Amino acid sequence: MSNIAMFHAQTAPNPFRGGAPDQLITKATPKALASADYANATVRGWRRENGRVGVRNHVVILPLDDLSNAACEAVAAHVKGTMALPHAYGRLQFGEDLEIHFRTLIGIGSNPNVAAVVVIGIEDQWTNRVVEGIAKTGKPVVGFGIELNGDIATVAKASYEAKRFVQWANELPQEDCPISDLWISTKCGESDTTTGLSSCPTVGNMYDKLIPHGIYGVFGETSEITGAEHLCKERAATPEVAEKWFKMWKSYQDDVIEAHKTDDLSDSQPTKGNIAGGLTTIEEKALGNLEKIGRECRYIDALEPAEAPAKGPGLYYMDTSSAAAECVTLMAAAGYVIHTFPTGQGNVIGNPIVPVIKISGNPRTIRTMGEHIDVDVSGVLRREMTIPEAGDALIDMIVRTANGRLTAAESLGHREFVMTKLYRSA
Amino acid sequence: MSAPQLLVHEKKDTVGVVVVEGLKAGTDMLCVVTHDNSAFHLTSKMDVPIGHKVALTDIKAGDTIWKYGQDIGIAKADIAKGEHVHIHNAKTKRW
Repeated sequence: MSNIAMFHAQTAPNPFRGGAPDQLITKATPKALASADYANATVRGWRRENGRVGVRNHVVILPLDDLSNAACEAVAAHVKGTMALPHAYGRLQFGEDLEIHFRTLIGIGSNPNVAAVVVIGIEDQWTNRVVEGIAKTGKPVVGFGIELNGDIATVAKASYEAKRFVQWANELPQEDCPISDLWISTKCGESDTTTGLSSCPTVGNMYDKLIPHGIYGVFGETSEITGAEHLCKERAATPEVAEKWFKMWKSYQDDVIEAHKTDDLSDSQPTKGNIAGGLTTIEEKALGNLEKIGRECRYIDALEPAEAPAKGPGLYYMDTSSAAAECVTLMAAAGYVIHTFPTGQGNVIGNPIVPVIKISGNPRTIRTMGEHIDVDVSGVLRREMTIPEAGDALIDMIVRTANGRLTAAESLGHREFVMTKLYRSA
Repeated sequence: MSAPQLLVHEKKDTVGVVVVEGLKAGTDMLCVVTHDNSAFHLTSKMDVPIGHKVALTDIKAGDTIWKYGQDIGIAKADIAKGEHVHIHNAKTKRW
């Protein structure tokens, strides 16, 4: 009998249907709350040296480049409670592509969800550039170059520092922090028509309630605004921001799509998953996508990929890919500490340092892969739950997540860390 | 109100979204417009999967298709009221 594994088309009934009851019962508050009701809301967080609040307390072993993944993973395997973030790039990049690489690594290390960082690179100079960038936050960070040492000596030296960092970090106290200290990002994935009806407006309602209290928000997905760009442009806070945003969107159309398309984007936008879920056109997908920014808020700046917001509290736009892991990684690098992720067909993405909260309104997805969903808003489709009630359920889950509840993606080990690459290396 | 089979974003829309699994041809669907909670009935002419769209009115080839009160593309063929609307009979105007 052959032992060759066969692809198993999952047509048979799934014996493990549905998630834990905790995940599937996200009760709305008896009466929908207003923005003002959240004025005194608090979360338990770690206030970092630079004043920012984190909701996780990771000690990260950060490779500068692909060559240093092995050493970083060896340190993380050796020193419990640390986490390596392997990735594919960091050699012979140049220009804006190299800038994004550094901005992403320094941003990830600087994120308040990270207590301390050990950086390992093949050589000292670029390694030190990352160390010095992270050190500006005031948090403990140290770097090691592999050349003239080899992997084994590097792993030994780095392990001593990693052990010191993790024992220090684990004694750091949490404190009560106003909810306004949270930076909350959003991006949706495996969207379908239910996301535009339920999970995306749920995120929009959350922003409408919390942005007035001083949180930072961000949305992106430049290619997936296509079809709703006229509406997105109108949501800028000023004509100058609208123009800056429109230039970013237009440059993507001209420099990326026109330069690289073989026929059009029909093969990937909408995605095969989107189409299976009932989305027919990019315009329809974009209109659902834009529901995530609510009704009231206006974005106050348009950020480069991984650029930290610098105009104070409010909603921002970031020029990102619409691929989930790339986008969430860039937002984490900009300093966002919690991600809200509406999904229709069931995108399973997570991030190593930022808890990714999944919201779905699709009853089939809740039924077949409920273990990936944190907030069930399918009641919106049955007209049992209003969007403001769904927004409250999401805010409740944001507070619970900040206070320590692992998200579905965290508990299932999803740590997708994906660097954005703009063009071929030298 | 019992649970609807079809949700419509805006009054102006010419398509609605099936929000229940296993919808069969001939079903008398309760349809709700989410913008103002108004309701109407429509008979589905086909089996339509959850999340997929149904025409609320007769749509001619070349007509703009409206959802969210916005233009979401163009009909590639005539579509009768109650029929399934998807990539076989509708497309983007962008490419």
